[in-house]
Amino acid sequence: MGWGVRVHVWGDYALFARPEMKVERCSYDVMPPSAARGILEAIYWHPGMRWVIDRIQVRKPIRFTSIRRNEVKSKVLAGNVLRAVNGSSKPLYIASKEEIVQRAAILLKDVDYLIEAHFEMTERASAGDNPGKFKDVVMRRLRRGECFHMPYFGCREFPANFELYEADDLEDGDGREQDLGYMLYDFDYSDPEDIKPMFFRAVLRNGILDVRDCEVVR
Amino acid sequence: MAEVIKNRYEFVVLFDVENGNPNGDPDAGNLPRIDPESGYGLVTDVCLKRKIRNYVETVKEDEPGFKIYIKEDVPLNRSDNMAYEYLETNDKDVKELKKKDPDVDRKIRDFMCRNFYDIRTFGAVMTTFVKAALNCGQVRGPVQLGFARSIDPIISQEVTITRVAITTEKDAENKKTEMGRKNIVPYALYRAEGYISANLARKVTGFSEEDLELLWEAIINMFEIDHSAARGKMAVRELIVFKHSKELGDCPAYKLFEAVKVKKHDDVLYPRKYSDYCVEVHEEKIPDTVEVSRKI
Repeated sequence: MGWGVRVHVWGDYALFARPEMKVERCSYDVMPPSAARGILEAIYWHPGMRWVIDRIQVRKPIRFTSIRRNEVKSKVLAGNVLRAVNGSSKPLYIASKEEIVQRAAILLKDVDYLIEAHFEMTERASAGDNPGKFKDVVMRRLRRGECFHMPYFGCREFPANFELYEADDLEDGDGREQDLGYMLYDFDYSDPEDIKPMFFRAVLRNGILDVRDCEVVR
Repeated sequence: MAEVIKNRYEFVVLFDVENGNPNGDPDAGNLPRIDPESGYGLVTDVCLKRKIRNYVETVKEDEPGFKIYIKEDVPLNRSDNMAYEYLETNDKDVKELKKKDPDVDRKIRDFMCRNFYDIRTFGAVMTTFVKAALNCGQVRGPVQLGFARSIDPIISQEVTITRVAITTEKDAENKKTEMGRKNIVPYALYRAEGYISANLARKVTGFSEEDLELLWEAIINMFEIDHSAARGKMAVRELIVFKHSKELGDCPAYKLFEAVKVKKHDDVLYPRKYSDYCVEVHEEKIPDTVEVSRKI
């Protein structure tokens, strides 16, 4: 835990899509570890390091809202397109009406989290890399508000404000325990040909989601 | 080839609507979008992106390098095929090609970024290439927009209208007019916030200084070519741009956004025009290294 950081993130909306409800997106109740990792990677990442999420504190009540938008539907049949490319003079044309679908999304509103995480070195680190150097870069970026790109809560239209959390430890919650069921932990990228999702049993204790020693189900 | 942007930017756009519907909610019978708890009006990010795309498409008329990928009428795969043609392949041979040329993903991605302004700007999901295990699937563009929200709670007003032309013969026998409904916001000022990552521009899409100028132009004029019966009078009133001195930025985005205060004047009960509001940019809260410019 020597190389850990605590980051305070907050925003107006968030959408951490549940994989089981993909067509009409529905958010998880809280930020899953994979989304927290994405936020940290937006601030700083390097092939020589890997972010590991330890705890996520939920600092505001879990509230939902919904929004329905016009979205682009799935792709066109490749066969039709191929015919057009191979010199068929018939213009390939589909009215936008058919290409568009209206999808609702259930979003979280007014979110505020503390992410506690650390990083581990990977074998892709070059000889000159060391944890101290990475840690310095991360801390500098957090203090100055620098980022690679603006981090976001699940989808890019929900930007995540961030700052370094300076206090010694997380604040105490309300003492309640809430079982959130199975939740996406992260993806297993070890085999790039076959990326597998991993799940864990999410329990919010005292407002904190502790994923340090959680059992991961594949 | 124009130079890729080297600075991080944030921007605030203020736009207003007069007697129109800026963005209908499909969930609520096309009423103006509203946050049900607070009463504030919303305009989605994708709504504004559509306007920017339309502006660029109108102005550039498919000029090389400024094509628009997500058009209102043309299917996506036809555009994808431009990339296949460029690589002299098709989706059957592309697997073979992948074996021969491991760089083909990047080539397709770069081709798409070079030719399509909106991919360079907003990114795109090119899943149609995934079939052949080509992994140029997702391109994140440097420009990121949040939802726009009104400064004050809005009311939406239903206006009932009549028309004298009857649709069907059968109806024409019984009645002389038909009733219709329009939903309008009498007046509202909206605020949208956006981010531009110079890193994504440099490493992924090649979004250039020239593209940036076009983006500002498109934002300023996005409603000028979008007039319709439903929209009423919409106009961009303010585009405040924060230019950081560095690629990674000089300070957190929220500090810059908080420096822009928009309030209605104290003596105004029902805002009905832009002059009912005042916009202040508190430059003292902004680090000296961040360059602030009001583009309108």
